[in-house]
Amino acid sequence: MESYALLIAATLNAGTVLALASLGLLINEKAGIVNLGAEGMMLCAAIAGFAAVVHTGSDLLGFAAGIGAGALLALIFGALVIWLNTNQYATGLAVSLFGAGFSAFVGVGYVQQKMPERLQFEIPWLTDIPLIGPALFRQHPLVYLTVLLALALIWFLYRTRAGLVLRSVGESPESAHALGYPVRRIRLLAVVAGGALCGLSGAYISIVYTPLWVEGMVAGKGWIALALTTFATWRPARVLLGAYLFGGVTMLQFHLQGDGVEVPSQFLTMLPYLATIVVLALISRNPQWIRINMPASIGKPFYPGA
Amino acid sequence: MLKLEARPQPSPAWTYGSPLLALLVTVLIGVLLFVALGKDPVAGLRVFFWDPIKSPYALGELTVKATPLLLIALGLAVCFRSNVWNIGAEGQYVLGAIAASGVALMADKGSSSWIVLPVLLAGVLGGMFWAGITAWLRDRFNANEILVSLMLVYVAVMLLSFIVSGPWKDPQGYNFPQSRTFDAATRIPRLFAGSRVSIGIFIALAGVACVWVFLFRTRAGFAQQVGGLAPAAARYAGFSSRRALWVALLVSGGMAGLAGALEVAGPIGQLTPYVPAGYGFAAIIVAYVGRLHPVGMVLSAVLMSMFYIGGELAQSRLGMPRSLTGVFQGLLLFTLLACDTLVNYRLRWAK
Amino acid sequence: MTTPRLQLTGITKRYPGVVANSDVNLAVQPGQVHAVLGENGAGKSTLMKVIYGAVKPDSGSVLFNGQPAHIRNPQEARALGISMVFQHFSLFDTITVAENVWLGLSKSLSLTAVTQSIATKAAEYGLDIDPSRPVHTLSVGEMQRVEIIRALLTNPQLLILDEPTSVLTPQAVEKLFVVLKKLASEGCSILYISHKLHEIRELCTACTVLRGGRVTGVCNPAEESNASLSRLMIGAEPPQLTHRAQQPGAPVLEVRGLSLPRADQFGVDLLGLDLQVRAGEVVGLAGVSGNGQKELLYALSGEDMRAPAGAIRIAGTDAGALHPGARRKLGLHFVPEERLGRGAVPTLGLAHNLLLTRQEAISHPRWGGGWIRVRALEQQAAGIIARFNVKAGGPRAVARSLSGGNLQKFIVGREIDAAPKLFIVSQPTWGVDVGAAAQIRGEILALRDAGCAVLVVSEELDELFELSDRLHVMARGRLSPSIAVADATVEQIGEWMSGLWQGEAHAQA
Repeated sequence: MESYALLIAATLNAGTVLALASLGLLINEKAGIVNLGAEGMMLCAAIAGFAAVVHTGSDLLGFAAGIGAGALLALIFGALVIWLNTNQYATGLAVSLFGAGFSAFVGVGYVQQKMPERLQFEIPWLTDIPLIGPALFRQHPLVYLTVLLALALIWFLYRTRAGLVLRSVGESPESAHALGYPVRRIRLLAVVAGGALCGLSGAYISIVYTPLWVEGMVAGKGWIALALTTFATWRPARVLLGAYLFGGVTMLQFHLQGDGVEVPSQFLTMLPYLATIVVLALISRNPQWIRINMPASIGKPFYPGA
Repeated sequence: MLKLEARPQPSPAWTYGSPLLALLVTVLIGVLLFVALGKDPVAGLRVFFWDPIKSPYALGELTVKATPLLLIALGLAVCFRSNVWNIGAEGQYVLGAIAASGVALMADKGSSSWIVLPVLLAGVLGGMFWAGITAWLRDRFNANEILVSLMLVYVAVMLLSFIVSGPWKDPQGYNFPQSRTFDAATRIPRLFAGSRVSIGIFIALAGVACVWVFLFRTRAGFAQQVGGLAPAAARYAGFSSRRALWVALLVSGGMAGLAGALEVAGPIGQLTPYVPAGYGFAAIIVAYVGRLHPVGMVLSAVLMSMFYIGGELAQSRLGMPRSLTGVFQGLLLFTLLACDTLVNYRLRWAK
Repeated sequence: MTTPRLQLTGITKRYPGVVANSDVNLAVQPGQVHAVLGENGAGKSTLMKVIYGAVKPDSGSVLFNGQPAHIRNPQEARALGISMVFQHFSLFDTITVAENVWLGLSKSLSLTAVTQSIATKAAEYGLDIDPSRPVHTLSVGEMQRVEIIRALLTNPQLLILDEPTSVLTPQAVEKLFVVLKKLASEGCSILYISHKLHEIRELCTACTVLRGGRVTGVCNPAEESNASLSRLMIGAEPPQLTHRAQQPGAPVLEVRGLSLPRADQFGVDLLGLDLQVRAGEVVGLAGVSGNGQKELLYALSGEDMRAPAGAIRIAGTDAGALHPGARRKLGLHFVPEERLGRGAVPTLGLAHNLLLTRQEAISHPRWGGGWIRVRALEQQAAGIIARFNVKAGGPRAVARSLSGGNLQKFIVGREIDAAPKLFIVSQPTWGVDVGAAAQIRGEILALRDAGCAVLVVSEELDELFELSDRLHVMARGRLSPSIAVADATVEQIGEWMSGLWQGEAHAQA
């Protein structure tokens, strides 16, 4: 029983990584821009955050560094894709490839480093509830903040005029432009905000999730986060649920290994990736459904002068 | 302020000039990087651009690196021109290596050296099989090929790890996760003594010719590309998008698998967990910098090989991390994408 | 002398390679319905973009109510009281009418206030619209009503309408004119951009004519004839086409009971269509876009292969499940409505664009699809360019470097040059200048005279009356019976566009 509580706790932890990145990508895609550079941004943010904590001892500065790294890469990506109209997929790939190389390069000196003692968080009283307590209330504050973020995003997108404008830009940038909205500036804001969240996710990985630095430690979570926004049909609540689901699948492999299940560890490690493929296939089967929910201008270039 | 103005026709001068400008900018940034790290920039330039080409042996090493890059990039060019985004060439490369190793391990002292042919063929089929999974998922379920092919890379790497730690582990290998070394008969024939250059380079150059003919002189190649340039026009013309999808993925999977087979039965000589060297991803950059054109990609493959070798030399001679290669490769793609704007747009000073 | 509501003096705007507006003067009085007349490419859109703030002129001045106005963006134009209804709607499909209108107004209003104002304004002007409906469920005419209401809610002093009637049935056009006349009587000035002479003469009291970026005349259209207006617009009388009477031959296209469910949720179901086109005749298909023409054309061209067996026969062969290439072998050649992106690949040269539908320059077709003989291909393209008078930089010029009219001439030429047995064309002269349009229509008639079966789908009734021997009307996925052009009138066709050919009330505005 106790181990199930731990499993749930671990799932929330793992899910937070995916949820943060995926919510950021959702903001991007609602504005019509798909950023394949998530993996690269998360890697650079992970090393930035780790290095900041090692040098200053402050977790907060670490998260700030991660956010900054993600936002900076997103800014470069946004400038290329929005003002120079470079191909969104190719440019996003460039960010991922560059981010992988750059983070490995910068991170060489940090591979064996350690951060100051990791704090254990828990909410008093609530943690004492049997089962639910240890499962839900012994998390890092960011886990709860992520849930709040998802709720805030729902409110912003569907209940404010600014959110409506953002969705309209993603739906038809030409029409928004004709109505006089600064489409490019709005898209850039969305891209940078998305990058900041991906950065936060990356910093969370190296500061909280697995507190160390290893080259390539994001291990594809950026790509899974991208898939997640599609699974969740671009809705924040579904993103959260999907993230926890995938977090659960990731944690399942450790749980099964611990239980002495007789499957080679490599196949268990494959689980999250295989799960992503299966869910992608099932979700995409109905192209109508995707088309109704998808912001119509995703991936397409926008030329204001035309 | 600077304004971008659309050109009526793409500029032929900038079509060739843009990659050169991108290279220049990358080199500039590289020099700045070296200076910022307190290393001698001239030494850096020498290590990247002179040392890799200064001797016949160096040229041989360059060829050894360029061959897999070129092979994979040729396949990717067919894919990208068809608007099929095969990002998982690395996984197809790994599967090609695994399949080729499987055949190579069947060889023993008495095998004839013709076994090289089935080894290579197995590599091609292995890569095609892996790419075929992506094609099937896209064809049947409309699943996004970028994400599927990428996920399959991680699966392929895990599969490789399992195989060399388990079923194919060398019993005499001191428990290291690796297969036994392949018999000499399976070795890809070398061209010159004292150099690691193999016939792989001829295969790659033959590939260049074949892909050129396919893309620019056959109706099938034309149909393939129209699907990527204007899908509605392809439907209007009656070109099958389904066939374009399968052709693109099977061709690129096959070529990536062939590259994997050439590496594992050539320079490496056994199956190890280090087979995935990132060529599948670097080939994406090779394809782009080479303008998705077979001849252009020969040049960009050579360039990227110089980056690889330069990175290794920078590590051994200048004490820089090897991942410098990855930084420059990524930078090159960035700058190329930015410079490509000049092909279709003019820069103007406007009020 | 009253101060003009809007006065443009000496407006000039240059783009690379073309002068869009050259020293243009325009004066619109308060409460006046002022037409801006000109053929495609005359500079009307650019001038409107200048007024609306989307484009800055290179020189010239703008006075609004006598005061100098520097309009830098659409929001400033709106603040002045200038409002525009675009030809291509600026609407967002997935949100409601009210939300769409809200986005077009200043942000200080709340959504509920806007919804209320929509209902009030709609009632005031007789524009029937439900604010809570998502826009993608509306018909094209209803979408235009949303645009108009959005413009009206800004209490404009100057309303600009860009080619508003291309998406309306004749009856709906009448209703629109009622709304516009009421607006004008309340003091709002209206700028009406069009190339349709009879509408301008019916609605407008002043007209500025543009040709080649310059003003060629200012007049009162009510006092002019079609011929005099045409002379100002293109420097000559409207070109006359000779339509010789001819006995049609055997049917080449037979559509029987074609019913097809829509391919996606925004489409239109086809319901029991019966249609026949015989050799040597032109059959016209009238109807406002969005009534199933697109779906019918996809089924005929082969881009949609779901037609049931026997429903479509080409030259006697059952063709419903054949793909486009096979139908071309039967003698069908098709010119689609979208030129760049469907009829031609924008980034490929004209010669290579031939390969989309023509195979003459391909040798050994069984080997990998065939070998492309590039020189033969370029010669073939050069031939078509010469025969059809296409202004282009040669066979290697990329498709997108051609003007709309020239590209259309090339695409039409490519298909006519194939000597088809069945020629289908959709919107043959949309967006094409008058000279090229006359040439294209002449070629279509020549094809018919030579014995080809021709089907023309068009939203321009004038064009259909000019070209066709018989007419059908398409409404809501159904096809009317055919009527000889000699027996048809515009009013009757207009009624049929609302689905009223059997006296059933398929009310559609």
